Amino acid sequence: MTDFIAGAAAPKTSILGVSAKMRRRNAAETRFKAYGIFAITLSLSVLALMLWTIFSDGLSAFRQAKMTFPITLTAEVLDPKGNLNRDEMAKITTVGYGKLLAQAFEAELKAKGISTEGVSAKELGALLSKDAPGVLRAEVLANPSMVGTTQNRSILASGRVDGYLKGRVTRETAERDNQISPAMLDLADRLVAAGILSAPFNTRFLTSPDASDQRPEAAGLGVAMIGSAYMMILVALICVPIGVAASIYLEEFAPKNRITDIIEVNISNLAAVPSIVFGILGLAVFINFAELPQSSPIVGALVLSLMTLPTIIIATRAAIRAVPPSIRDAALGIGASKMQTVVHHVLPLAMPGILTGAILGLATALGETAPLLLIGMVAFVDNYPAPPMEGMFDPATALPVQVYSWVTRSDPAFVERSSGAIIVLLGFLFVMNVTAIILRRKFERRW
Amino acid sequence: MKDQQIEERAVTAHTPRITARKVNVHYGTSHALKDVDVDILANTVTAFIGPSGCGKSTFLRCLNRMNDTVASAKVTGEILLDGENIYDPRVDPVRLRAKVGMVFQKPNPFPKSIYDNVAYGPKIHGLTRNKAELDEVVESCLRKAALWNEVKDRLDAPGTGLSGGQQQRLCIARAVATAPEVLLMDEPCSALDPIATAQVEELIDELRSQFSVVIVTHSMQQAARVSQKTAFFHLGNLVEFGKTEDLFTNPKDPRTESYITGRIG
Repeated sequence: MTDFIAGAAAPKTSILGVSAKMRRRNAAETRFKAYGIFAITLSLSVLALMLWTIFSDGLSAFRQAKMTFPITLTAEVLDPKGNLNRDEMAKITTVGYGKLLAQAFEAELKAKGISTEGVSAKELGALLSKDAPGVLRAEVLANPSMVGTTQNRSILASGRVDGYLKGRVTRETAERDNQISPAMLDLADRLVAAGILSAPFNTRFLTSPDASDQRPEAAGLGVAMIGSAYMMILVALICVPIGVAASIYLEEFAPKNRITDIIEVNISNLAAVPSIVFGILGLAVFINFAELPQSSPIVGALVLSLMTLPTIIIATRAAIRAVPPSIRDAALGIGASKMQTVVHHVLPLAMPGILTGAILGLATALGETAPLLLIGMVAFVDNYPAPPMEGMFDPATALPVQVYSWVTRSDPAFVERSSGAIIVLLGFLFVMNVTAIILRRKFERRW
Repeated sequence: MKDQQIEERAVTAHTPRITARKVNVHYGTSHALKDVDVDILANTVTAFIGPSGCGKSTFLRCLNRMNDTVASAKVTGEILLDGENIYDPRVDPVRLRAKVGMVFQKPNPFPKSIYDNVAYGPKIHGLTRNKAELDEVVESCLRKAALWNEVKDRLDAPGTGLSGGQQQRLCIARAVATAPEVLLMDEPCSALDPIATAQVEELIDELRSQFSVVIVTHSMQQAARVSQKTAFFHLGNLVEFGKTEDLFTNPKDPRTESYITGRIG
């Protein structure tokens, strides 16, 4: 028997050199590594391509063409009775202000000696944004003492002029465009040279509400950002306590029987339900049945909470399960009650996992579009929602929905704006992820 | 011969702290413990020995109702602590566990400071009225666990940063801090090196003056070294229970003899 094992007849083999079998094994390993490197390179380049597209399209949205010139707020036009009565001044419509602006613009061109050759008076007015008179009117009504003075103002240029400065509008496209002509573009060149036309940082892109199709230059993300922020706050307030409590109950207290099994399976199933289904549910339950106002952040938040809750519960349960049972034994063994064990020991140790799960769940909710379309958050909202809590019931939009609605508009000026909105959304997500990492580091304890 | 008699009297003079009668434990359909009768005496170290799966740890966990946390476990029979049935519906296991402390196989300090580890029990049971009293309790427990001199300068350091043996002594200090009457130890040295084991064994012998100690161990030498009474479990039965030196030198049951001579187990 021992002879057989010792293998008296076995030939002596050398460990030098490579056998055919070894070569095959090594080749398989090399191939596997190559696949991995290829996959990672591919995904990184797709990511880089995506970011490059978004940023090259969207960064220009953060700059906006503006005309800077003095405007004389003639008292005879704006306040015919001369008593600065706000109600009577409100009778002057934006048409009146528009004329005033056009006059001031013409006067400035004359004063600076800029020729308006080939540009009619109407076309001259079209260089300014249709939004400008409204802004000026609101400003004057808010502060009537301005009447009669001369104010230096930066006025939004029209979307076409803005596009010309950013390279979107060229002389060739202007030939075919009924809103702008090559002569107007020549004038724009002279305005830039004279320092009247420039493209500074566009704060209104971050603060203004949405604007209509005719005024892409005035459209901003203000309402969408407020709406998204309100919803995130509400979703966090609704989801985190409910999700954590449900997870603790299921992990630590619930008996393991058929009912809890069914609950468990269904929570996993809920996490896989398409988000638009939650939108239909929200429409039926929160708007049609509970009669909450549509387009409001509260309804959006409730729908997103339904969607996020399973994710948070699954993450929290995993985090609780990862706490070693020896810690529970230790606490129970010296007479801590179940609740004390959970609150004093299990939760603090599960905290990093819970926070990461919650923030990633919120990040998903932040980027969710489909359910919000169904509850009417895609509406054109021109007014800022009120401060919380009543603002939660005012109409608002959300960042991803704003991207969606801008992408569907015809004016090419909205292309850069939707990409710009995506940049803002990515910025929000980046901040949330960094917060998750920081919190994780802060709460993590060494064993 | 005379020495033996003296010793005998010394043991019987101790009153039983825990009296277990006809204890049966079922895990679902498996019958893990069958009709176990044991008396745990005051100021005595009682060792439970036996092969893996014989029910010794199960019985230990019955003594402070840690088996309650196992949903499928069902305990019948009677376990009296100072004459009161610990399975009486009026008994709150939380109060019971403060009186019957437990030390586990793997050192499991909380991931908190050394001070907080020891102070946790007194805090949740409201045993101290102010910080000064708590400081005193922490110090005396760490002294009882023979750890004070090693950690007195770093009470704020994390308990998990200590060595394995120090961690186990910290766990003993933590168990002692709730002023228990009985201390249960589930293989407290199996994760420790020989030097740390010797320190813990020495400590167990000292603890005997204040508590009755029950220790589950895989090492028969350890049982012989630290205990005064030994119980041998086999396949869920309590085979033999008696004075340690009797059980090891003169076993009455053939199964005990086979086990201690290494033929089974």
